[in-house]
Amino acid sequence: MKTLLELDSVAARYGPVQALHNVSLVVREGEVVAVLGANGAGKTTTLRAISGIVSRTGAIELEGKSLKGGPEAAARAGIAHVPEGRGTFVDLTVTENLRLGAYSSRTRSVKADIKRVAEYFPWMLERGGQRAGTLSGGEQQMLALGRALMSRPRLMLLDEPSLGLAPLVVREFFRIVRKLNEEDGLTVLVVEQDARIALNASTRAYVLEVGRVALTGPSAELRDDESIRRSYLGY
Amino acid sequence: MVLAAFSDFMQQVVSGLASGGIYALLALALVIIHRSTGVINFAQGEMATLSTYIAWALIAHHGWRYAPAFVATLLISFVGGIAIHRVVIRPVERGSVLRIVIVTIGLLVAINGFVIWEWSGEPQQLQSPFGTDTYSIGGVVIAAHDIGTIAVALGIVLLLWVLFRFTKVGLALRAVAVNPEEARLVGVRVSWMLALGWGLAALLGAVAGMLTAPTVGLDPNMMAAVLIYSFAAAVLGGIDSPIGAVVGGLLIGVLLNLLSYLSQYDMFDWFTEELRLPMALLVILAVLLVRPQGIFGKPAVKRV
Repeated sequence: MKTLLELDSVAARYGPVQALHNVSLVVREGEVVAVLGANGAGKTTTLRAISGIVSRTGAIELEGKSLKGGPEAAARAGIAHVPEGRGTFVDLTVTENLRLGAYSSRTRSVKADIKRVAEYFPWMLERGGQRAGTLSGGEQQMLALGRALMSRPRLMLLDEPSLGLAPLVVREFFRIVRKLNEEDGLTVLVVEQDARIALNASTRAYVLEVGRVALTGPSAELRDDESIRRSYLGY
Repeated sequence: MVLAAFSDFMQQVVSGLASGGIYALLALALVIIHRSTGVINFAQGEMATLSTYIAWALIAHHGWRYAPAFVATLLISFVGGIAIHRVVIRPVERGSVLRIVIVTIGLLVAINGFVIWEWSGEPQQLQSPFGTDTYSIGGVVIAAHDIGTIAVALGIVLLLWVLFRFTKVGLALRAVAVNPEEARLVGVRVSWMLALGWGLAALLGAVAGMLTAPTVGLDPNMMAAVLIYSFAAAVLGGIDSPIGAVVGGLLIGVLLNLLSYLSQYDMFDWFTEELRLPMALLVILAVLLVRPQGIFGKPAVKRV
């Protein structure tokens, strides 16, 4: 499989705090890759470094081309970042949120794209005029996913999608992510604290510890190795 | 007798709507900048004055006709507003709100000084594009300029509404106002959207100034009082609500005129024209105390 995203010795800091020391990872086309680790291990920072929200050193390449500049440039390059804590425009309607998702795509058929995305979330068509802020937490997370899809991304970054959601909603969310991966070939890099659900949904995984990659392998192997589970994943 | 009182009343309402339309435009400018940059632009009035002087200079000194001068002034103001953001505001944008506010106050003084230096403080006359005719409809005497002002204000509000509601740029402008971090993630160039907001605000100010000058006379301080009324309008409607700015502007205009009208009766005979500005300040104070979010605003919710 072709390499889509490659991080080589990436480091990043918030002021005096070194959040990432040395992270190298690869995401191939069509994969769902999970990044696991404890609080403060650098999972979110990894995603923020990829989409240029934090400045970093080291090389980040998307399809062999170096990613430079801020989040606007990353969005144009084909990266859709769903940040931690939903990330919808609460004062705007469902439809407006979806339209914004297509902001940096060159598509001329925003309406057709909304229909296409709504095949996964039919309620978004019926409730298109509703303000995003009045949706439930689960619905907002789905809307954030739908909005990310609107950009027809090469790579989707998901930051802690399970945070604050009921287990049933989390399962539904990852079911849709898997479906998108299998049917549309969507490539996903997902950061999760809930290792169990992330290992079930992903093909490969990286485990971070204090800003470094501590361990990597196929998700099934990590899941089945009890000592790894106990010492790194805490379940 | 009753009929005369009614036509008097209607006259005050119509001219109140006309001045209210001007307050609405300037209040909209304040709201647009407040939503994107998060501050009150104290230089908004002086920016409008400068624009109006440019229109006047094009007509009086360079022999332009009104219509092309009007359009050119809008363009110059729009570009000028963008330039002000890029050159003066953007460098301090990452600092505290207070820094930006102080910069806008500095801008107020600087523009005022520039206008006096360039065109002297002498009052000038800017013609009304609608002429000086008056119409009498059922005994109600209405100035053509007032009707024109109301029409232009409503037209501009309608255009803005279409821009914000139906265009991609308008959607991006609103997204930036709601959540700039998120907007960047979907690929919106936030900094340019803020500049665009300043351009639109300067353009609105230009229209407000050109509609104000024919009635009050063009002088370097002509927008000072208008800006206070527009503050009152924006606060009354809700400082983050464009609809609120329009409704607030019209309400303030009509309210002040009704007080003038009522002053012929004993109960309101204390009201004189000198009290118009203090009344506006009273409105600001009352709204901030009783309903700080204004008529259309949402109460501020802070996560703790």
